[in-house]
Amino acid sequence: MVVIAALLLAVGYFLGVAFFQNAIGGLVIAFIVWAIMSLIAYFQGDSILLSLAKARKISSDDAPQLYNVVEEMKIASGLPKMPDVYIIDDPALNAFATGRSPEKASVAITSGLLQKLNRDELQGVIGHEMSHVKNRDVLLMSIAGVMLGTIVILSWYASRFMIYGAMTSGNRRSSSRNNSGAGTVIVLVVGLVLMILAPIAAQLIYFAISRKREYLADASSALYTRYPEGLASALEKLAASTGELKSANQATAPMYIVNPLHKEGRAATDLTSTHPPISERIRILRAMAGGASYADYENAYRQVHSGKSILSQQTVAGAAGAVGIRAASVSKPGEIAVSEKSAKTREVSDMMLRLNNYRMVDCECGARWKIPPGFRDETIRCTRCGRTLKV
Amino acid sequence: MIALWIILGIIVVLFFIVIGMYNGLVGFRNQVKNAWAQIDVQLKRRYDLIPNLIETVKGYAKHERETFEMVTKARNLAQQASSAGAAERGKAEGELSMALGRLLAVAEAYPELKANQNFLALQEELTSTENKISFSRQYYNDSVLKFNNKIQMFPSNIIAGMFNFKTGEFFETTTPEERQAPKVSFT
Repeated sequence: MVVIAALLLAVGYFLGVAFFQNAIGGLVIAFIVWAIMSLIAYFQGDSILLSLAKARKISSDDAPQLYNVVEEMKIASGLPKMPDVYIIDDPALNAFATGRSPEKASVAITSGLLQKLNRDELQGVIGHEMSHVKNRDVLLMSIAGVMLGTIVILSWYASRFMIYGAMTSGNRRSSSRNNSGAGTVIVLVVGLVLMILAPIAAQLIYFAISRKREYLADASSALYTRYPEGLASALEKLAASTGELKSANQATAPMYIVNPLHKEGRAATDLTSTHPPISERIRILRAMAGGASYADYENAYRQVHSGKSILSQQTVAGAAGAVGIRAASVSKPGEIAVSEKSAKTREVSDMMLRLNNYRMVDCECGARWKIPPGFRDETIRCTRCGRTLKV
Repeated sequence: MIALWIILGIIVVLFFIVIGMYNGLVGFRNQVKNAWAQIDVQLKRRYDLIPNLIETVKGYAKHERETFEMVTKARNLAQQASSAGAAERGKAEGELSMALGRLLAVAEAYPELKANQNFLALQEELTSTENKISFSRQYYNDSVLKFNNKIQMFPSNIIAGMFNFKTGEFFETTTPEERQAPKVSFT
């Protein structure tokens, strides 16, 4: 965090030296750009993010189980206020949290993920998101993100102006005055190198912060739910899916539970990823044999990473005391059996309907409409989500 | 003269440290109180759900009178214990949880009941309420642990002694089922 800020200042400094012969000017520009972007991110960030993701707000009547699970995790994490709950109508599997403070937070989940997960897994995912809210990761990542953005923008413009400026003023300078030539050239070269390296360095640091917060969120989710296996098996399902979330982009990626852009199976410890590899996160969660506390997560991480540490000493010590893992909720095996059974029944009945010349229209919300052969209208309205469908 | 100023400075600093510790302790105590209120809300919600649930199940399983009576009795006992201390209350609520578990197990034997929309909605509500109870208990116990640590550890124990802060009571339920190791079943 501090390093990113220092990089931002350095970029501003050289910008000033190069253009105004005065470091203050550049610093002021860097600060102004940063301040404007921060203010926007602070006050409008969550609504921008939610509308970019095409999320719609739901109440407890629309999806009682999801709403209940969010409320459960709100209680477990001790948040002062119930976050708003959003659904993104997208078959891809993902979820994210946003909001500048624990008092004003939102969690969003894709409809695809909601359908795939059982109660325990949903709890694990929501627990992870709730931890982002509770630990103020959203604020941290948006400040870091804004700094990164500012560095990238400033260096991009500055490096182009510098190259152009150096080429045109180089001729002038050699003919008229030669006194300060060497000094300016050194400053220019250092500046140019910085302008190229700063965005890359800032990005790497940004990714490193993001990955660390993901581990912390996983650990907190295990602590809140007292059931690491829930999140582990949810992550397994997330890893198995291939659909890319259309509405996600580079800037919003750190808020999601798994990286919505990168495909799993890339280099294991990728420096340029906002998230740790899913397989590794699952392995750590499954290695938490003794309990669900931060100390247990830390031990599990050490086991997987041969002795390295991930959570800060303060985090581990702050929640001392043994924390047991609870049993799986009773409904779990039954639920799976029922859903498999009904899926089979549905498949058979669809087959019979097709034989009788019924047409199938799939809605984006997941509902399937069976149109009888004598149907006249050209469109129907999906009663589940309200979309108009072409027959 | 200088010595006087130094002594005065030390006193002022000490004063602020004491204030800080005192406020910290009050904050923790309020957190414990608030966590306890959270449990209360969820327990009340559970009392309200039970009559509805029994009515729905009754429609399909008339012959399980014993179970209904047991649940109703456990509910009334728990409601009466709601003004008692954490330990006694925990016991009554544990028994209610057990009785409810029995009721849901009974419901398993009636396929028509399991397909009833009203019952499914109630079941989800009940599951969630049970979860909320255990999560709020979890949060309450975590808060009590932090508060008790503050009261008993040096140096805040001095302030706690001076202003008569008392350690909080953990909320334990003592049903035999919860003490057993988690079972895994494969179907």
